[in-house]
Amino acid sequence: MGIVLVSAAAAVGLILFGIFGYLRTYPPTVSAVASSTQPNTVNLTMQVDGAVGTGPHPNWVGWYIKNGAGKWVRTTLVQIPERSYVHVTVLEYDSGGPLRNEYWGKVSGTVGGVVNLNGKSVSVLNGATGNGIAHTIVAPGLNLAVPVWGVNGQASNFCQTGPCGPSEAHNVETFTFYSGATTHTYRWQCFIPCGVGYLNGNGGPMSATGYMAGFFKVVA
Amino acid sequence: MAVEMTPVSGVKSPSGSRADGLKFVKPWFTGNFFTALIGGAIGYAFGHWLGNAIASGYTVTINSGYNDVATYLSLLFGIVGWFVGLGALNYPIQKLLGLEPLEPAKSEKRTFWEHWTYSTDHKVVGVQYLFGMLLYFLVAGLLALGIRTELLSPTYHIWAPETYIEIVGEHGTMMMMMMTSVVMGPFGNFLIPLMIGSKKMAFPRLEAVSFWFTVPSFLILLSALWQGGFQSGWTGYAPLSIQGGPGQSDYDVAFMLMAFSMILASINMTATIINYRAPGMRWSRMPILAWGLITTAFTMLLSVPVLIDGLYVMGLDRAVRTAMLYAGHGGSSFLWENLFWFFGHPEVYLLALPGFALTTELLPVFARKPIFAYKTSAAGMIGVATLSFFVWQHHLFMSGMNPDMRPLFMLTTELISIPTGFLYLVAMGTLWKGKIRLEVPMLFLLAVFWNFLWGGVTGVYNSDVPVDALVHGSFFVMAHFHFTIMGQLMFAVFAGVYYYVPLLFGVKMNDKLGKISFWIIFISFNSTFLPLFMIGLLGQPRRVFEYAVRLQHLNQWVTVSAYVLGFGILLYVINLVWSLAVTRTPSEPNPWESQGLEWQVGYPVPKDNFEKIPVVLRSPYYYGYENPGPIADLDPSAERVAVVSGGDE
Amino acid sequence: MAISQQELAERKADNRRRGWQIFAIWLVLTVITDYLVWFVWGPHMPPGTMTTTAAAQQFDFKFLTAMVVPVLFMVWVYGGYVLVNFRAKPGDRGDGIVLTGNRKIQGIWYVASTVMVLFLAGFGTFELIANNGIGTGGGPSPIWTPSAKSPLVIQVIAQQWRFTYRWPQFGGMETTSLDLPTNTTVKFDVTSLDVIHDFWAYQLGVKADANPGVNNVAYTTTTSQVGRFTVRCDELCGIWHGAMYNYGHVVTRSAFYNWAHQMQVQNAGVTKLLPPFSLTYTPSYSGAGGGYYPSYDPNGSTQTY
Repeated sequence: MGIVLVSAAAAVGLILFGIFGYLRTYPPTVSAVASSTQPNTVNLTMQVDGAVGTGPHPNWVGWYIKNGAGKWVRTTLVQIPERSYVHVTVLEYDSGGPLRNEYWGKVSGTVGGVVNLNGKSVSVLNGATGNGIAHTIVAPGLNLAVPVWGVNGQASNFCQTGPCGPSEAHNVETFTFYSGATTHTYRWQCFIPCGVGYLNGNGGPMSATGYMAGFFKVVA
Repeated sequence: MAVEMTPVSGVKSPSGSRADGLKFVKPWFTGNFFTALIGGAIGYAFGHWLGNAIASGYTVTINSGYNDVATYLSLLFGIVGWFVGLGALNYPIQKLLGLEPLEPAKSEKRTFWEHWTYSTDHKVVGVQYLFGMLLYFLVAGLLALGIRTELLSPTYHIWAPETYIEIVGEHGTMMMMMMTSVVMGPFGNFLIPLMIGSKKMAFPRLEAVSFWFTVPSFLILLSALWQGGFQSGWTGYAPLSIQGGPGQSDYDVAFMLMAFSMILASINMTATIINYRAPGMRWSRMPILAWGLITTAFTMLLSVPVLIDGLYVMGLDRAVRTAMLYAGHGGSSFLWENLFWFFGHPEVYLLALPGFALTTELLPVFARKPIFAYKTSAAGMIGVATLSFFVWQHHLFMSGMNPDMRPLFMLTTELISIPTGFLYLVAMGTLWKGKIRLEVPMLFLLAVFWNFLWGGVTGVYNSDVPVDALVHGSFFVMAHFHFTIMGQLMFAVFAGVYYYVPLLFGVKMNDKLGKISFWIIFISFNSTFLPLFMIGLLGQPRRVFEYAVRLQHLNQWVTVSAYVLGFGILLYVINLVWSLAVTRTPSEPNPWESQGLEWQVGYPVPKDNFEKIPVVLRSPYYYGYENPGPIADLDPSAERVAVVSGGDE
Repeated sequence: MAISQQELAERKADNRRRGWQIFAIWLVLTVITDYLVWFVWGPHMPPGTMTTTAAAQQFDFKFLTAMVVPVLFMVWVYGGYVLVNFRAKPGDRGDGIVLTGNRKIQGIWYVASTVMVLFLAGFGTFELIANNGIGTGGGPSPIWTPSAKSPLVIQVIAQQWRFTYRWPQFGGMETTSLDLPTNTTVKFDVTSLDVIHDFWAYQLGVKADANPGVNNVAYTTTTSQVGRFTVRCDELCGIWHGAMYNYGHVVTRSAFYNWAHQMQVQNAGVTKLLPPFSLTYTPSYSGAGGGYYPSYDPNGSTQTY
């Protein structure tokens, strides 16, 4: 009987190990790539798609981040070094719309307080006009807030599923922010209610890391 | 009183006519846990198919990537399948068809297998409940360790933030909904008939069903973790809960199943205690546990339907997109807060009252004295239960809803301290000049009073609006209700299990291990939750995964204590399992020298408890009396029954 | 059961003696501890004294603690005494005395606990009203308001998962940071754009739920103390609930006006995109609502954000 009990305990332990292992599952972390031309600068290339196309929720919106080998990784966790300038290039493939709170159309926390949208420098985007704002990158701890302009959802070359390629309709937005002098894990999220089909647009992808919720891990 | 309800006479037992060769296949036709799982799976699959057939084309389904109609339908059909597989519907269907179903044969000897079946024997259901509740408690407790692990660091994250919130919600919901039955289930079902001199519970089928609701409820709730969980915590505040994914529907359905279980169990409990008391078991002689459980049962009957209502409204808002809990379309998020707490506040007393009843029941045995102020004790419980319906708004002091009514709810909440104080009066009086035996159950009982004192006095802080402005929603509140629920209810249960194992299983638990596990549990429990009061006062809100760096050391202390607490509880459980399965040290028939009627039948408890309905002669608490005489006449003559019952039948 | 008159008298005398012993120990411990609570710990109790409401909360917390100490010691001293004196000797399997009640003791207990509870409820009510809601959310139109003529109005807009602040007295601008001037009465209009949040400014002693579609008003008055305070979300609001915090500062009046002016200039571009100031905002169904409900909007005429 003792042996039975011990083996039962071992079995329970294994099951627990499996369950907690499952719960620990995290999207992978991608490191920003050190710039070859400028000191204290890293480059980060991200794309955001209307439908990520893979994983358990292929039709959710989500981000891809380019890793050092130049491959697109579906994640929102980025590792960046402290005391450096992060030069971000966002390739935006999703359609846009008005913001729930138009305040998030304002750019802040970037170098110069501006972003470069398709070659034009802007500091405020009005989501109620044109294609509207597709997503925002807001990291409150870094005081970073960047709205990302949407593309025309009716365009013939609108990207249906990710990862999207350069031939499909997209906007290019670049900006630079400073990673600060402290090591910390900063959360970042989107302030567009882009969890379509969920109340207030804030469920689903908005509430899941790897889609619209992520971390900037600032490390030494 | 004391209605005799033996099976219809003249119906033959079927056992003689069955071939022995069928023994192996028989379980698959009589219904058990495994057939229920199969039935549940079939129902689930059908519901899922139906849901997809109905709603897979809805815009909202396509956009969100999941079909809530299918989630609800699959769970509902799964439950129907579960009960069909379990054989729960055989009896009513046979009755509908005009057949006379056979009562299953009862036996005195317990088998391991019958605990996996749909049994209507109150002793089997009691044991099923006991192990079910222990399992639920341990799983939920393990999740608590997951929470504490995350809080080791203010910045480094063990879990993804959504996983952390899911674990918090899962822990809270599982504890709060399952533990409502941790006393009424095992102790109520097993002991109440023995205590009041009945051969059975009033409604054996309701009894069985009330247990078998808890199993799918637990499984569904746990399965939410695989479906993205629910991020709204155990309180499920709308509109956050309307925003959630499929895990939120699991919460909705699981909680509703548990609510049904509570209602059925309470109907059974009230009916049994009112109608099935043996002759001479007057209200003034009733064991205090019976008082506690009937009070609890009435409170459940009045409060739980409100929860079901709320969950139903939530289900409608989620599955068919009504807007009753959503301000944007004319609903109100206050509605859910009201419905939920109108259940939720009585509920926390549903957790506390049975704990107190059990504690007060066992205390005289170890103090070797009659209960001090017996009537005050019953009045205290009735008072708490009654007042508990008038305090729910104290959860909403900061909500801005009815701000002008806050003085009233502050008053009603603080009034509850009066009947709660009665229970302290009773305990303190009972201990005075006793011959206190510090055996393991008594240690747990004394710890109940130490722990609940912390929970009780901090309750005054929470009820006082000006101080609640500081502590509302912080770890202070969290520590408060862990002291009142875990520190009180669970300690009482540990005492009760230890105390009743000889009656339930005829064996004794290991005293040395029991003492060691008690001290580990008691010290680490206090060392876990006392610092949490400070953490809350210093500004840490509940359910956060990031907190102020200056609070890191306190949080780490708490986490380490929580691990030790987990180890202590594990030790207690190992002691239980080991005693039952390996050592099986036989116990003397009444090891605690209790005078309770439940101990008079001996182990193993006869299949019908009492051969004849006993005649109760006195209260079960005649400790210290020189010649107390027997508590009951177990073999009463016909005249005696007539005399005691006063000829009113 | 049968005990003689003499035994009864002896028992009574013994009870009285033991009662006085317990009372004496209790009194000493209570007095010492209450002194420590009031004078040593008291001034350092949370949440500090940065505002009038915080100071009032600190006072109430101190007061309740002083009230609770005697209760704690009553149970502890009694329990300790009983366990030391009435423990069964090893091998003693006897029973205690027969004692099923004591009308006098029970009566004293009922009266004393009732008086204490009623007093506490009265005290809490007085403090709540005297401090104008003591920093808690008082609904859309609180009945207890401070006498200050024109308080500084700040709208707290909670949204998943951040607080923003709107300043109707500063051109309706919106900010993510929160600075307050010293010696000023502040009115917080707390509302939410989506789910229920709770605005908890710990050091300010302000706590109010942010309900969608509801304006929840809380008042406080800053003192001359300057410094940093923490704002946290205190009601579970989803994935980033734990990260929904920011810091604010109480600064001198001139520093505050400088800051406010600077913010007005900095935000001029986005301020003109914002909808007109309103006490509550209903969601727009034109795409910013997530499309959970169909696109027609029964509240189409009301102000959307």
